Amino acid sequence: MNWDWSNVDAFMPRFWDGVLVTLQALAGGAVIAFVLGLIWAIALRSPTRWVRWPVAAFTEFIRNTPLLVQLFFLFYVVPEWGPSMSPLVTGIVGLGLHYSTYTSEVYRAGIEGVPAGQWEAATALSLPKRRTWTAVILPQAVRRVIPALGNYVIVMLKESPQLAAIGALEMLGEARGFSNETFTFEAISIVGLAFIVIAYPASVLLRVLERRLVR
Amino acid sequence: MSAESPHTANTPVTDANPAVDGSELIRFDKVTKRFAGNTVLDNLCFSVDSGKHVTLIGPSGSGKTTILRLLMTLVKPDEGTIKVGGDYLTHEERGGKLVPAGEKHIREVRKNIGMVFQQFNLFPNMKVLQNIMEAPVQVLGLSKDEAEARARELLDMVGLADRCDEYPSRLSGGQQQRVAIARALAMRPQVLLLDEVTSALDPELVAGVLDVLRDVARTTDITMLCVTHEMNFARDISDQVLMFDGGKVVESGSPEKIFGDPDHDRTREFLSAVL
Repeated sequence: MNWDWSNVDAFMPRFWDGVLVTLQALAGGAVIAFVLGLIWAIALRSPTRWVRWPVAAFTEFIRNTPLLVQLFFLFYVVPEWGPSMSPLVTGIVGLGLHYSTYTSEVYRAGIEGVPAGQWEAATALSLPKRRTWTAVILPQAVRRVIPALGNYVIVMLKESPQLAAIGALEMLGEARGFSNETFTFEAISIVGLAFIVIAYPASVLLRVLERRLVR
Repeated sequence: MSAESPHTANTPVTDANPAVDGSELIRFDKVTKRFAGNTVLDNLCFSVDSGKHVTLIGPSGSGKTTILRLLMTLVKPDEGTIKVGGDYLTHEERGGKLVPAGEKHIREVRKNIGMVFQQFNLFPNMKVLQNIMEAPVQVLGLSKDEAEARARELLDMVGLADRCDEYPSRLSGGQQQRVAIARALAMRPQVLLLDEVTSALDPELVAGVLDVLRDVARTTDITMLCVTHEMNFARDISDQVLMFDGGKVVESGSPEKIFGDPDHDRTREFLSAVL
């Protein structure tokens, strides 16, 4: 097998399409995972068990079933009685939902890491519950867990090829398509390289953040 | 200071059937608190009059800190009632019956109480000025300008006017504790609870904090409840000293009496161990 640059050239347009899908899925999925995860984490601390129990059951269920099954469910089953979404949007929702159940654990650890004295000081000052969360607890909790959250962005990047299963052709999906049509290997190699090019600087950045934020 | 005032104004500490006193601000009535089966406060009754400075002394585990935490509603009593300014703290009267109070009622009564903690508990994500302004703005509804003026005045009083734009982590323990005192005072509380406020400080920083508190005691009419191991400070500022052991008040009286000529052997033993 010899490396043939003309195959690389031929793949490039589809590669960039794939990169765009990957980055969209990653950005959208991460935002959903960060927001929903926080909502789960706060809901799981609710004094009402009618809030706590359903959320606990739901997140436990999502965390213990494969992402691929959830993607199929969202793409083939949900439209039967719910909204029908494009492959990319389905992928973003699926990825975000799945990883929100992991980020909620990260937030939980961050929230529990805030010293009890901070809650007590907020109580002693009679700060309203909502203000205690937004001005005292969350700023401290989130700061601590930003590196851990960032780790999940890298994990999500590496899991994003699963979106190809419902037809959202991200980088690897595009490369597989191209390779199957042309019986070449360059496209797959380029995509492998692309994963490193995105993930490695991201993890370096995370390490820097970790040093800055976690004290 | 009213160190000379007679203590007859206080109903006797062991009185389980309180007479209503016009100036009575805090009353514990048969309060029991257990932690994991361990009785920390045992059927405790005592009262504190408005404007008085009361020091709680006693061996560790005798329930002193629990009393402050009950008043701050950080823990709830298992039995008995606490009144502050004539209102039940953790109960409210509904249809002639005493029921556990709702959040709103607790919040209303609690606004009159401030607390300074052993570990300062400043908000590390806020600058010094914000730490002090936060509650007056959010809870009392002061405008930012009013709250800032009040905060600066208090920082001036605790000798930290020039540190208002620092984060707490940049301050020494003693400075943090002085900010914490200013933060509590910014709410203009009727009652100030001081929970071993110098215990976490390096020895050379203790005096600065105690000086600020002497100032507060001298220049305000805030009622102070103080748990401390600084016996000289207790002697200086207290109108009344309560000696605790085993979740009960062993003895109560003026600092001159308790430190000079206590009635109980338990008090004498304790004082000889700490002085």
